[in-house]
Amino acid sequence: MQSSSHAAGGAALPVPRLAGHFASLEVQNHAARLGMWLFLATEILLFAGLFICYGVYRFLFPEAWAAASRSLDLTLGTINTVVLITSSLTAALAVHYAKEGKNKMVAVQIALTLVMAVGFLVIKYFEYHHKFEIGTLPGRFYSYEGIQLPGVPLYFTVYFCSTALHGLHVVIGMVVLAFSMVRALKKADFGPNNYTMVELGSMYWHLVDLVWIFLFPMLYLV
Amino acid sequence: MTPSSSIAAPGATPAPEEHHDHHPNYLVDGTTIKSWLLTVDHKRIGLMFLFWVLLFFLVGGIFALLIRVELLTPGPTIMDAMTYNRTFTLHGLVMIFLFMIPAIPAVFGNFMLPLMLGAKDVAFPRLNLLSLYIYLAGAMLALWGMLNGGLDTGWTFYTPYSAHTTTTVAPVLFGAFIIGFSSIVTGINFIVTCHTMRAPGITWFKMPLFVWAIYATSCIQVLATPVIGLLLCLVTVENLFGFGMFDPARGGDPVLFQHLFWFYSHPAVYIMVLPAFGVMSEVVATYSRKNIFGYRAVAYSSLGIAFVGFFAWGHHMFVSGQSTFTGGLFGVLTMLVGVFTAIKVFNWVGTVYKGAVDFRTPFAYFCGFLFFTVFGGMTGIALGTVSLDVPWHDTYFVVAHFHFIMVGATIMAFLAALHYWFPKMFGRTYHEGWGLVSAALIILGFNATFIPQFLLGNNGMPRRYYEYPERFQALNVASTAGASLLAFGFIIIAMYLTYALVYGKASGKNPWRSKGYEWMSESPPPTHNFVGPQPVFPEEPHFYVDPKKAEVPDAV
Repeated sequence: MQSSSHAAGGAALPVPRLAGHFASLEVQNHAARLGMWLFLATEILLFAGLFICYGVYRFLFPEAWAAASRSLDLTLGTINTVVLITSSLTAALAVHYAKEGKNKMVAVQIALTLVMAVGFLVIKYFEYHHKFEIGTLPGRFYSYEGIQLPGVPLYFTVYFCSTALHGLHVVIGMVVLAFSMVRALKKADFGPNNYTMVELGSMYWHLVDLVWIFLFPMLYLV
Repeated sequence: MTPSSSIAAPGATPAPEEHHDHHPNYLVDGTTIKSWLLTVDHKRIGLMFLFWVLLFFLVGGIFALLIRVELLTPGPTIMDAMTYNRTFTLHGLVMIFLFMIPAIPAVFGNFMLPLMLGAKDVAFPRLNLLSLYIYLAGAMLALWGMLNGGLDTGWTFYTPYSAHTTTTVAPVLFGAFIIGFSSIVTGINFIVTCHTMRAPGITWFKMPLFVWAIYATSCIQVLATPVIGLLLCLVTVENLFGFGMFDPARGGDPVLFQHLFWFYSHPAVYIMVLPAFGVMSEVVATYSRKNIFGYRAVAYSSLGIAFVGFFAWGHHMFVSGQSTFTGGLFGVLTMLVGVFTAIKVFNWVGTVYKGAVDFRTPFAYFCGFLFFTVFGGMTGIALGTVSLDVPWHDTYFVVAHFHFIMVGATIMAFLAALHYWFPKMFGRTYHEGWGLVSAALIILGFNATFIPQFLLGNNGMPRRYYEYPERFQALNVASTAGASLLAFGFIIIAMYLTYALVYGKASGKNPWRSKGYEWMSESPPPTHNFVGPQPVFPEEPHFYVDPKKAEVPDAV
């Protein structure tokens, strides 16, 4: 905080990327990270509401939950889990390379992340498609003959709400990361003093991954 | 960073006056419409919020008067039952989501927080502007839905009714969901600003108490709002597609909805009232001309209220089928809020005690505020007692209680802040006499509106009813008469403040001789808040008397 008096007085040397109202670049980056952490906290609370719905209804309808969970495709779910965890690794590597200023590698790693994200969504699409065909759908749309237990339509309400909300976050995360990738390719100015953008996108991506790590056992491994 | 007495005291910043001409104040630094609409200056954003918030207050107030006129007679008066249901829903939604939640944080928080921290702006100025437009987008969507069909569920939109009503649920709820984003963005911005933008010398325990209150409020906004966001989406989906998440016919649990709803909406009460407490801490020290009594106690109790507020939601559901044990537990936790609030009240009273009180308009509002907080708070303790709540539940007693504590306290603080910071924001003064007259009218009108409602509720009149038995008419007429008085008070304020805006006398830099940090810059402040070198903050905030040099030993 010592240096702030210089910057605020307008006497400091101009630092590129430093917004005028911050004391120093460290403070600015710290502020950006803190803001992102707070935003991630709000995301966790967003999903927490669905987790509570899940918990309450699982407590009320344990048999329905077990039976409905069996009807999901565990193989596809597992593949998706592996895909998403690996994509978190590449996202973390992108931050690593951004710190070292290797902009091409940043773009490559983010591209790999995006490819895996698309893979995740494609697999999810096939899972959804299967459910639409056999009729394991939420609420009043439920028409599957195979399981007829009270509470099963609720399971699929929770399933579709939480996976759809998660899917939306995957798409948002992809857009955020894509911006970093375009920047790494066009401007190529990431380096030891300028990697916050990649870092924040990567943090968001880890959250998306983390939510799935909770959703997978909750939905598939009951 | 040690405070040194050789540095000039706040309020007497030395030197840069000669540069004054080169640094136009924020009001005239750029006069095009674009320079306002696309500004990232926290002061201009605060003013734009002020404009919209006041407009929505007018809308909500008109709906309130329509309700009161309808309730003048036991039968139908001016509208049919469905219109009445829509009217009280609109009143609740507009007042809560569009007025009270953003009122103090988004207007005065935005304007004062950076000034009080010696910063040039909030941490994320562009996000700050974005939050204004998110708020307006949500407000427009919600209002559009209200005018095209309207919602008749009450502002609580309890399921399963909200999933089945034929009125327009989806756009209104989705609008409220969007407004929630604005609230979250503002909250994140203020928390980060408090952590990273404090000027050298302003440690955590030298932050003005208004900043502490806003900080605690922001924590609630960030942690609670996402839950209602999710819930609003779920109810919208339920209403549109019938997923059955809270539909008992499909095994869903409406009480779960209520838990999730009040998990946000109870802390939301503190989103409204904590900033009010913060304003009052500033006002009471300034006009008592005394150091705030128990600075740390007031600061910590803000955080305490924010924390305990998250664990009290169940007291809205004493008759929703909770177990007796859960009810008792939530009752006890509710009373903890009373403990923290009482700490604040004692400290404010301790500040006034033996102070040299300058009885200006904001101080008049402080007196009203103290009355509403204590009276409203005590009825809250009574309502938090399960055995007492059961007969009072869903009667006008509850309506009167929350209007006293939540609305009364917030309105008092909003008006106190508007008057106290009017010279800071516009560099002009208003007419003190009219200020005191309208303050008296509003405090009297508020009591005249809601004390009859306490009595009505105690006699058993349920809330939200369109018709009532003859025997309740006298009190209902009294309440409506009080509401007219209240409206009259607001009209007077609108008139003299508008007049002051144009013709008011120049106020000078610090007309109240306040020691608040925000008064260290010019009034109105220049665009980047401080001209010349970074100001220094050698003294505590609210520092009027040196305890060691006080003439009366216990007057500090």
